[in-house]
Amino acid sequence: MSAIEGLETAQHHADEHEHHHEAQNFWQKYIFCEDHKVIAKQYLITGILWAVIGITMSVIFRIQLGLPDSNLSWLKPVLGGWISDAGKLDPNFYLALVTMHGTIMVFFVLTAGLSGTFSNFLIPLQIGARDMASGFMNMLSYWFFFLASVIMFASLFLQSGPAAGGWVIYPPLSALPQAHPGSGMGMTLWLASMAFFIVSQLLGGINYITTVINLRTRGMSFDKLPLTIWSFLITAVLGLISFPVLLSSVLLLIFDRHFGTSFYLSDIYINGEALPNVGGSPILFQHLFWFLGHPEVYIVLLPGLGITSEVIATNARKPIFGYRAMIASMLGIAFLAFIVWAHHMFVTGMNPFLGSVFMFLTLIIAVPSAVKGFNYITTLWKGNIVFTPGMLFSIGLVSLFVSGGLTGIILGNSALDIQLHDTYFVVAHFHLVMGAASAFGLFAGVYHWFPKMFGRMMNTTLGQIHFWLTFIGIYMVFIPMHYVGIAGFPRRYYQFTSYDFTHKYMDMNMFISIAAILSFLAQFIFLWNFFYSIFKGKRSPQNPWRSNTLEWTAPVVPGHGNWEGEIPAVYRWSYDYSKPGAKEDFIPQNIPYSQTLESNFPHENELIAQEKAIESQNFNDQFKASH
Amino acid sequence: MYIIIALVALVFVVLVGVVIARLQNVVKGINKTDSNEVRTPGNKVNGAMFIVILVFGAISITWSYLHAREFFLPEASSIHGRRTDDLFWFSMGILTIPFILVNFLIFFFAWKYQHKKNHRATFYPENHRLELIWTIVPAVVMALLVFTGWKAWSDITSDAPRDAEVIEITGKQFNWIARYSGVSDNKLGNYNFKLIDAQNEVGIDLSDENSFDDFTNPSEMHIPVNRPVLLKIRARDVLHSVFIPHMRVKMDAVPGMPTKFWFVADKTTADMRAETGNSKFDYEIACTEVCGQGHFSMKMRLVVEDEASYKKWCAEQSTFLQTYPEYLAKVPENLKAKAMKYVPAEAAAPADSTSGGGVGTSTSLR
Repeated sequence: MSAIEGLETAQHHADEHEHHHEAQNFWQKYIFCEDHKVIAKQYLITGILWAVIGITMSVIFRIQLGLPDSNLSWLKPVLGGWISDAGKLDPNFYLALVTMHGTIMVFFVLTAGLSGTFSNFLIPLQIGARDMASGFMNMLSYWFFFLASVIMFASLFLQSGPAAGGWVIYPPLSALPQAHPGSGMGMTLWLASMAFFIVSQLLGGINYITTVINLRTRGMSFDKLPLTIWSFLITAVLGLISFPVLLSSVLLLIFDRHFGTSFYLSDIYINGEALPNVGGSPILFQHLFWFLGHPEVYIVLLPGLGITSEVIATNARKPIFGYRAMIASMLGIAFLAFIVWAHHMFVTGMNPFLGSVFMFLTLIIAVPSAVKGFNYITTLWKGNIVFTPGMLFSIGLVSLFVSGGLTGIILGNSALDIQLHDTYFVVAHFHLVMGAASAFGLFAGVYHWFPKMFGRMMNTTLGQIHFWLTFIGIYMVFIPMHYVGIAGFPRRYYQFTSYDFTHKYMDMNMFISIAAILSFLAQFIFLWNFFYSIFKGKRSPQNPWRSNTLEWTAPVVPGHGNWEGEIPAVYRWSYDYSKPGAKEDFIPQNIPYSQTLESNFPHENELIAQEKAIESQNFNDQFKASH
Repeated sequence: MYIIIALVALVFVVLVGVVIARLQNVVKGINKTDSNEVRTPGNKVNGAMFIVILVFGAISITWSYLHAREFFLPEASSIHGRRTDDLFWFSMGILTIPFILVNFLIFFFAWKYQHKKNHRATFYPENHRLELIWTIVPAVVMALLVFTGWKAWSDITSDAPRDAEVIEITGKQFNWIARYSGVSDNKLGNYNFKLIDAQNEVGIDLSDENSFDDFTNPSEMHIPVNRPVLLKIRARDVLHSVFIPHMRVKMDAVPGMPTKFWFVADKTTADMRAETGNSKFDYEIACTEVCGQGHFSMKMRLVVEDEASYKKWCAEQSTFLQTYPEYLAKVPENLKAKAMKYVPAEAAAPADSTSGGGVGTSTSLR
């Protein structure tokens, strides 16, 4: 009942918009906009700005680690007191940089920037909907994210610095302001920001799920959905289940910090004083945090894999190999994501038996991941590959995903994790498999859907150069980082001169830092290409990549409601590339089988009879129902 | 090393030059008429790049591996450490196969099947047998790895042998403190975090008679060789993590929740000095859980020595009560006589109590 009411409200809403379309002022059109395409662009631009900040931070601490003797006085105009008179980085600020880099990249760039952009942009366009189920909630989602961003950004300017206990903010360090300057106001703002961020993700996630379930166009059954939509749907479900747990852990931490509770605190003596807290457990926080934290890895990665599936199929001019296996493996990964969190905690003093269980469950994830990897490779096999920048980044993603994923099998083995836990081996592993791979998904998506977003093309050659520099740079940073990790270098160390066992590999660390700086510089090619092309890029044709999905049947720059006139119906899956007998090497989803008799398989000829029934549905067109 | 960096920088500069040259083409291209056909340039170049990177990558990874190898997994000095090292290289060996195979296929296919005009890709949407193969093969390999890992893990985390030497290690911002059970009773006394103060850094509870002969050391830990050592791990303020790289030991120190880790060191410091040819070699204990400003330098020296030297060293250490005799005041009346045994006679006299800061308490002994 309520679902139908909701739908009617949505229809009513959409009508209102159409009637007042001309009257929209600047604020309605670009700022507090309820159109999914504008919200997607808001997410994208915000995500890019955060990425610039987050990656810049990593460059600063890589200079500290790889070139420890360098004089950083030139950063004084920006960092002020955090650079000592001798030109050295403050050790507390080093920890703050590491923490904020992690927080920003994981949550603000790869969660909001990736999911927020492409779920918003592609779900309505690829399933054939006028807009999201609730445009208003969608707008709220972005503005909660914006609020979270403002708070997090403000925390960078505090006298005592932003949060600095690592992005995992383990208490008691994060709970006790007397333990570290970063655990004062900086942590308060971090927690407040994350609370709003979670609200934003939930508003977005509910919308994505509802839209995919309720607003698919005529004929768009679940087994015809592009893999992008499958990945966004699964991602949203993951977020919806796991983010509330993070919110609860954040709230309990706020209680411990401000209201004297002892959820995470017990038996603590600090700064000459024994605290009254007893009975709490820091391990409880770790369980709650990683219950989100592990699915978060897949929240970040799955959209990238979905985008890659679409881009690889389109540009290899081949159907994705094993469409159903791809969906099944994503579902498998998503399910397993919830029952492996404690592999982050093998050496926290957790019961060793639990460690055995989680090791077993963790290593199972390798199986669906392997299926995905091999399916991508088979999709490339005997293809007719066009090296668009999006395609290059997708191929790069598969390489990074496999290379980084393999070392996860080492780390998931609790016996081996004893030595490698919290060393650079871990850092290298997750940067490849989740950081760089997801970022490549983001790049692939931007290059591929830029024409749909802005009606213009990005420069292809620049995109290709950007790819090669980034791809080579990423490997040059993270392969040597594995070596540093195998030698036992612990992460989050301000410098490596305190111990004999870390007093080596100066050259290796310098190499990593220089490679990181070069990869960072290569991103300016992208920034220039992106912003320049928005205004001056070559105008895009309607379907530049000769792709099958529905968004390319919409006008070059889709207006409000996405399609002029009727929403196209869907008759086939989105991967009919290079079908034997067909005139072109692609057949879009909205072409009925009755028009492609020359290329139909026998079972597809039988589907022709259903076409009338599909056409006569109009249940989900919010514009049409009331007319 | 500098040459490589210079080379990389040079390649980068050249590429930037190419970029700038291309940019001019871009600017020229803007005014061209729009066409409906999007042609993606650089097919041959990008295809070739995949092969170049494949070859170049294989060479550099091999070379850098050989170059970096000398510091990999610093010489293991514990029995379980050599076992996990073997397991690590065994797993790495297995994983190298898919690493090479998959990357080769990705790069090779990208080059081999690059776009050709008037060519059409093969419509090949699925093959259940193939998919079954690459579901089952990884599953079997995983089962093997899980089994070997699980065996090692359950042995390492099993209960410590009864004769294990028990040593307590407490983490605080920013150093470790070792506590020994003492030479007389071989039992660690109780502790309570509320008893911690400037002298009693780990909160030794002196109402427990087992604590009378306990001694602490804030800068080094000695352990006997070839005998199980059980570390009882605690934290005073925030999370820390005991990391002894050469022993392959790592375990978090958690406030309010004692943890433990046992191991057998089988190479003394002297053995390692001879083996590594480094006369200054020392085992080190580090912290691997971020704990604040001094996290990167929470160093403690670990000395592994033969049983006789270890016993001798323990006997030479002055007990906590010897160092701070004024804490006799905290000993309950009925145990005082017993505690006096561990306090040097002259220290019990008020005039000589110069070792500690708590002069006030020592007068109250009377």
